[in-house]
Amino acid sequence: MLHEAGIPVHDVPFVSVGGGLGSFIMTDVLRICGVPTSSIKVLSNSDTPWQTWEYLTRASQLPPGERIRSDAGARPDNIWGFPSYAVHEAWQDRSPKLLWQVLVEPILTDFFSPRAATVFATVKREADRISYWDMLAKGQVRMVRRRAGGGYFTLLTPPAGTAPTKRVAIRSQYVHLAVGYPGLKFLEDLQRFRETYDDYHRVVNAYEPHEHVYESLKKRPGTVVVRGAGIVASRVLQRLMDDRERYGLHTQIVHMFRTFVTGPHGSGPWMRRPGGDGWAYQAFTFPKSAFGGQLKAQFRRLEGEKRAALAKAVGGTTTPKLRRWQEQMRQGRQGNWYHPIQAVVDKVEPAPDGRLVSHTSSNDGGYGRYVSDFIIDCTGLEADMPEHRVLADLLEHGGARRNGAGRLAVGENFEVTGTASGGGALYASGAAVAGNHFPAVDSFLGMQTAALDIAADLARRGFCADLGPARSFGQWLKWVTGRPV
Amino acid sequence: MIPTLAGRLQTRIFLLATVGVVLTALVVPVLPGTTGSPARTYATAYLILLAVAVLGLGWELVYHLLMQFRWDKDWPTIFGLLTIVPEGLLVWVLLDLGMIPGVPGPVAFSTFAVMFGFVWIGQWLFVNGPIRVFFVQWRLRGGRVV
Repeated sequence: MLHEAGIPVHDVPFVSVGGGLGSFIMTDVLRICGVPTSSIKVLSNSDTPWQTWEYLTRASQLPPGERIRSDAGARPDNIWGFPSYAVHEAWQDRSPKLLWQVLVEPILTDFFSPRAATVFATVKREADRISYWDMLAKGQVRMVRRRAGGGYFTLLTPPAGTAPTKRVAIRSQYVHLAVGYPGLKFLEDLQRFRETYDDYHRVVNAYEPHEHVYESLKKRPGTVVVRGAGIVASRVLQRLMDDRERYGLHTQIVHMFRTFVTGPHGSGPWMRRPGGDGWAYQAFTFPKSAFGGQLKAQFRRLEGEKRAALAKAVGGTTTPKLRRWQEQMRQGRQGNWYHPIQAVVDKVEPAPDGRLVSHTSSNDGGYGRYVSDFIIDCTGLEADMPEHRVLADLLEHGGARRNGAGRLAVGENFEVTGTASGGGALYASGAAVAGNHFPAVDSFLGMQTAALDIAADLARRGFCADLGPARSFGQWLKWVTGRPV
Repeated sequence: MIPTLAGRLQTRIFLLATVGVVLTALVVPVLPGTTGSPARTYATAYLILLAVAVLGLGWELVYHLLMQFRWDKDWPTIFGLLTIVPEGLLVWVLLDLGMIPGVPGPVAFSTFAVMFGFVWIGQWLFVNGPIRVFFVQWRLRGGRVV
């Protein structure tokens, strides 16, 4: 069929679709397990593995110099996590303070977390080392389909003018999907407002560039409504508070929590998460042990409803309790310019003077009306899976199915359930495989976990070498000395 | 660290059987306050190491219980260092009371303190990084070695 359509077919044993950090980490592990660059292709719209991540972090107020929400040992450029980012930055900055921080965290200090710039720089170095650029093929992936003779066809549209045909097909034994979020979704009332009044200026999503909000507040005092209770909400708040302090602004902040957490919460002394002032506090996106300890083991053991109940107990929106930012919020409450409230927004309308009015109701039955110059949506809702073209096609034609959380169902080796094709296998990692046996998929360590488990499965199938202690040590030595794999 | 109970027990035994054995071999010749032949000192040192391993299995149960009160179910790096105090004291008291089987005679506190401190810090440093170089899945499996 492809032949008849005039679509050229290329053969590569392993294809990774996505080209973000998920694909990068997968190829890193495979290269360390002895797979040559000629056996791997990464199909992507992105020029670099960190491009999308950089865009999202920058827009959500984590410019390169700021510290991200990630553990010292979670290094996408180093599967061993040793030396950690804390040691790396301490050496780079000649700063023993960072070593002290990682020694006494989180008891005497906040958790150490690396700067976004450190992640970019180290991933770049590792990408060079593993010859990532030789494996990268630019283009838009249209679909991944099972092949009658086993394995898969991946259909790619290369950038205009770079290939003789509009489409090319890649025939492979294995496919790995790391396509990230299907997309971002707006809060419904805000989406309605934007569409009704065609106003994309005053109502913004924190994941979109919205620098104009901060610039406008520098010129003219104003009121901002912040919605959301996660890391992005706290980053946006900190930016507003930093600007207030730095430029002597008079910004008023109304912070709306749909769920207002008043203190520690949970089912008992062994399941009690810290919280207060509206927030649920947690250092990382999941309790730390979900990344590799007790909670990870529990998730693996449980199934169905019990697993969903555990996910509910430990999930939810959280943010790390960072000392500096806590002090800013305290000052804001005392100075009467930061107003955290519990509220559900019923609708947003324009005021006669062009500002915004949020009509709210609260749990105690009260109604409110808040006028603001801007609304920043920090809720970070994710779009549904079928919003992504490749995933939608896979659900419809590829045999894939959804799990209880609505994401791709995968087995313990991250093979997408129902998509096996002859001796071939289709794997997935990252946000698309949430809600399975491993909760922390959408994290550096989570993507490494998936990559290592996939590589172990591929080693069993004879595609790559096993990563035993000897190879691991030898490869680590190469990493340390910067020699190619 | 984010250990499971199985991971704790395995890591404890693995560390003492590898790093502990090597570091003990290295430190014995320079221990202060020793009397008698080197063979006798080695025998004493390894018996102490064995006692630390056996008692350690009990300690791990206690730590695991305490960890349950932490939301993150983690065991901060500094805890791994500070637990030298209760563990060291217990072994010293048992040693002083002559309750560690096989130890031929009294052991000077300086001998014990240097050996115990050296091995403890060595294995603590090893578990906070280098172990992952050999066992890349160690930290992703709650500290299980096998």
